[in-house]
Amino acid sequence: MSTTFAPLPTTASVSNAAASTTTESIVFAPTPTQQYLVRIGDTCLVHAQRLAEWSGHAPILEEDIALTNLALDLVGQARALLTHVGRQMGYDEDQLAFLRNERDFLNFTLVELPGRKAGRDFADAIVRNFLLSAWMNVLWAELEKSSDAEIAAIAGKAVKESCYHVAHAADWVVRLGDGSEESTRRMRQALARLWPYVAELFETDGVDAAAAEAGLGPMRMSLKAGWDAIVAPVFAQAALEIPATGAFRSTGSRGVHSEHMGYLLAEMQVLQRSFPGGVW
Amino acid sequence: MTAREPVSAARVTRAWEVLHGVLDPEVPAISVTDLGIVRDVIEHGDGLEVVVTPTYSGCPATEVIEQAITDAVNAAGLGPARVTQRRAPAWTTDWITPEGREKLRAYGIAPPGSCASEAAASNVQPIRLMARDVACPRCGSAQTERLSAFGSTACKALYRCIACREPFEHFKPI
Repeated sequence: MSTTFAPLPTTASVSNAAASTTTESIVFAPTPTQQYLVRIGDTCLVHAQRLAEWSGHAPILEEDIALTNLALDLVGQARALLTHVGRQMGYDEDQLAFLRNERDFLNFTLVELPGRKAGRDFADAIVRNFLLSAWMNVLWAELEKSSDAEIAAIAGKAVKESCYHVAHAADWVVRLGDGSEESTRRMRQALARLWPYVAELFETDGVDAAAAEAGLGPMRMSLKAGWDAIVAPVFAQAALEIPATGAFRSTGSRGVHSEHMGYLLAEMQVLQRSFPGGVW
Repeated sequence: MTAREPVSAARVTRAWEVLHGVLDPEVPAISVTDLGIVRDVIEHGDGLEVVVTPTYSGCPATEVIEQAITDAVNAAGLGPARVTQRRAPAWTTDWITPEGREKLRAYGIAPPGSCASEAAASNVQPIRLMARDVACPRCGSAQTERLSAFGSTACKALYRCIACREPFEHFKPI
């Protein structure tokens, strides 16, 4: 990279990556079954990005290590999924992770909501991790039966990892939910903030239908009973009341994100956008 | 063809011997074969394919291990080697050999128990504030406590022996 500044781009040169200081985004036109896999991969990736914000900042050292260990598993799962679906689309995992625009990310809105850096409570990180890891656990168990052998193989590994993700998150939910007056209050607030975004995890659309039709994976709404079976007893033990579900529906899995997503991507993608093709 | 077979077999056997000496970069007490991640060695024409099953989805040592395997096989004159991944069936700590477990213990890492007993124990309760008994790799006492479910690598937890007071790592069953 030259350290001298390039002249301001003219209209004609704006589309030329070589003359620009940022890399162009890839053209992303997935089929419904590809969208299905990208949704899962992006959810793992963005959840990992938020968990990793706690690196060096968790309340205790052990938790710092725990959350980043979980993030590492999630990055690995995202890599496997994006590499696999990317092969069908002619892109590698890095192009999919770092060179897509916000509207082309298909993660649930829940995982992109602000984390530590925006001043959100540790309780938010714990509650989100519990809600999401329980969902992933039920999903991976179903994906082990996928008609796509590679997806079934990825799920066979990931389901074991998601078991201890759930156990770790559940321990914290009980400890803090049924803890002191202060911890209970903050857990209730976190649950109230996050709950409106849970409905999206169990919606159904054409992407789900295409995946189910192909035997690739389950429709999201079919995961609800298994998820309830994990979540309800833990909340009961934590003495936390599950909030009522309102009419609001988030839309991240359709590419329409909250205002927080752009900032997350800016941080996640800056290196690859600034130094095109840079590798470790 | 029949005349070449003993030669091939010897080459594959030799490759396994070489792989016994390739150490895990994050737990340099045990080899990749002790760990049970090398699933097969196949001869193709003039090259050798080493089939590896990754340990954890996000294990950062995967690429390093693959490079170490390629380098070792090539250095022994058995190459050109290439490493391929086989994800299914998923790796389990049950594949760690008895010798591997002993090497872990001698290195100060409590080896994993069997996954079957772990699964049976965790089916009872999703919430497990306490993990089950892990014997201290130094003094052998079963009086130990878990300090942290996560440690310096994805595969280990941090424990402390109540009898001899030494902290130690435990290779988690998965």
